[in-house]
Amino acid sequence: MNAIAERLGAFRAVADRPAEAPALHKARTGKGAIGVFPVYAPEEIVHASGFLPVGLWGGSVRISRAQAFLPSFACSIMQSVMELELKGTYDDLTAVLISSPCDTLKCMGQKWKGKCPSIQFVQPQNRELESANLFLVEEYKLVRSKLEAIIGEAISDEAISASIAVYNRNRQAMREFVGLAAIHPDLISPVDRHAVVKSRYFMDKALHTEWVEGLSALLRAQPVRPWSGKKVLLTGITAEPNALLDILAENGFAVAADDLAHESRQFRHDVPEGNEPLYRLARWWQLLDGCSLATSRTKNRVSMLLDMVKAGGIDAVIVCMMKFCDPEEFDYPLIYQALQENRIKNTIIEIDQGSESFEQIRTRLQGFAENI
Amino acid sequence: MSDPDLSKMGSRELLDYFLSKSYEDARSARKNGKLVCWSSSIAPSEFCEVMDVCTVYPENHAAAIGAKKGALDMIGVAENLGYSIDICSYARVNIAYMELLKEEALTGKIPKILEDCPAERVPLPDFILICNNICNTLLKWYENIAVELNVPYIIIDVPYNHTMPVPQYTKDYIRDQFGYAIKQLEEICHKPFDYEKFTKVQEQTQRSVRAWDKAMAMAEVKPSPMKGFDIFNFMALIVCARSKKDSEIVFTKFAEEMQEKIDKGIDAFNGQEHFRLAWEGIACWPYLSHTFKSLKSLGANMVGSTYPGSWSIRYDVGDLDQMATAYATVYGNTCLSNKVKVISDVVKNAKCDGVAYHLNRSCKLMSFLNVEIADLVREETGTSYVNFDGDQTDPRNFAPAQFDTRMQALVETKNEGRRS
Repeated sequence: MNAIAERLGAFRAVADRPAEAPALHKARTGKGAIGVFPVYAPEEIVHASGFLPVGLWGGSVRISRAQAFLPSFACSIMQSVMELELKGTYDDLTAVLISSPCDTLKCMGQKWKGKCPSIQFVQPQNRELESANLFLVEEYKLVRSKLEAIIGEAISDEAISASIAVYNRNRQAMREFVGLAAIHPDLISPVDRHAVVKSRYFMDKALHTEWVEGLSALLRAQPVRPWSGKKVLLTGITAEPNALLDILAENGFAVAADDLAHESRQFRHDVPEGNEPLYRLARWWQLLDGCSLATSRTKNRVSMLLDMVKAGGIDAVIVCMMKFCDPEEFDYPLIYQALQENRIKNTIIEIDQGSESFEQIRTRLQGFAENI
Repeated sequence: MSDPDLSKMGSRELLDYFLSKSYEDARSARKNGKLVCWSSSIAPSEFCEVMDVCTVYPENHAAAIGAKKGALDMIGVAENLGYSIDICSYARVNIAYMELLKEEALTGKIPKILEDCPAERVPLPDFILICNNICNTLLKWYENIAVELNVPYIIIDVPYNHTMPVPQYTKDYIRDQFGYAIKQLEEICHKPFDYEKFTKVQEQTQRSVRAWDKAMAMAEVKPSPMKGFDIFNFMALIVCARSKKDSEIVFTKFAEEMQEKIDKGIDAFNGQEHFRLAWEGIACWPYLSHTFKSLKSLGANMVGSTYPGSWSIRYDVGDLDQMATAYATVYGNTCLSNKVKVISDVVKNAKCDGVAYHLNRSCKLMSFLNVEIADLVREETGTSYVNFDGDQTDPRNFAPAQFDTRMQALVETKNEGRRS
């Protein structure tokens, strides 16, 4: 048990201090860090360069200077990213990658305020077509060539293929871990689970995999104990900060599964096998299912959530609605309707990274806990 | 509808006639054995025209509902369904309308809100078509329609131009989607695509677009023979009849009328055009009258807008690479530097004195670069600007007093310039 707690503490240390990651990596490898905006990016190309890809998913920060550049109805995560850009938090980065799956990110890619160069790219939305894959390969070639120009080194196909293998192994390790976390809620709190996931964004993936596999080995050796609380599925973009996750724990909720862009959507499927690494990365986008940012003619996210609940072990669904995220807001009515029709308990909470008070969420979750 | 003598009608009458006809055609489509498509406003209209499909444009329809003060009832229906107040108000109005039509189809009873809707009645679609050259919000909006109605969903995805010009690989992707859209249409309509007719439809589209460009350029004359808000009024037809002769007839007539005014030395404000305004963004449809009157009281004529150019879809007939590029480079789908160039050209060509930027609560894509665009356009053109808060169709997000004050301040900058 102590060994588990010790390992979880290590994950939390990384997740709680992301700003230290670039300097640590530089001390270890001599190379810097490349920032990666939400939501999805070919991180493997960055990894292949030897630079550390770090996730830029905002954080708990008071929005002040960002107000001059973004109106109040920009999503909460981009408000905080903009604030951090202006505060100089990202000044140590060598470059940033910015995807464009929503209207807000299209604009963010054009108004980067940090010191380093930004590289914007687009993932196609008519995803069923092979031509979409070919388009994305060309966009990724552009990403690669711009990165090469910035770092002054070539990034070979072989290196990217090797990085894909590293990432796929990490994805497999993460899938195993979230499965184990679901059956060991007595050992893995919501904050712990999140720390294991979040630390992926601030560590070399091979090392992270090693840590996760070690933790999973310890969890596998533990007996499954009865759990008197309720198990929930979180769906949305992110479920942060820790204060919010602590409220879940206080009310006896364990996170049994997630459909969060920040978490499982990143690793629920592998980059497929193949010869051309950039084509394989393009295919990963094509195979991505159940995300509000990836167009689906059948909106299969709804049926996917139902299937996840019906698979067992989940008492309720909590929709974590990123404030002012319209792709998620469009999905919500259909998700809500489906959950209601299937008599699945559900509630919605608003994720506002700039918020300093969580009393409203606390009250809502207390009430929700009493009703399921 | 009986056939009137079009030759005796003025452009405004012709506009009303053809708009009304387009809705009537949609309502009688099924009776005439035709299918109905709901399409986004700058999706390629050529394909449905070739297949003889009646196309309805939800953005046009939502704007009409807003202008006729019917938006709030629709928005209430959408919000009851769980649609957030943060979502595009065109989408909320249209999705509510769709739900009411669906309810009517299922129950046989017309819901009261639908019955009271002040805009023209439109039928449910057999399939839907979007091109995300306006925004990615459309992808989500129509995704919901496709699922709610279980209808085929045709997508022309034009990737955001983070840099310009459009690379060949993007053109290749879009062209392939043209082919896929044609295949989908052949399956939906149960008939082959007529490529000879496609050429003719492209020719008509180009004639209509040329007529539109000529008509809208009349606003650039100083003083302008054209009330700038005519851009908003006539826009409905370039949306819904871009590939039809109807729009060519109307815009040609409109240009003739404007030329006649120019020849006679008549301007729209009877010698009282004191300020030439560029308006960046969508109109506030529920407050169209207020915004027009507010500007008119200041002698401010809206003579510049990026709107007309958005439907200036120019290409050589038969050149699908050019067609792909034309649809991909609609203003909203382009990078900051291109947007600055487009607005600066509008300001220069229309000899504008200042720019009003609509911070549109419904449209993130047309709002989130306003700060950067405004500064760079001022640098490029030397003109002043103001921002105002508004919304295209949700009347709750527009404050008349703020609009009036901001416009007074903008106009005052010119007067200050004169005095100094």
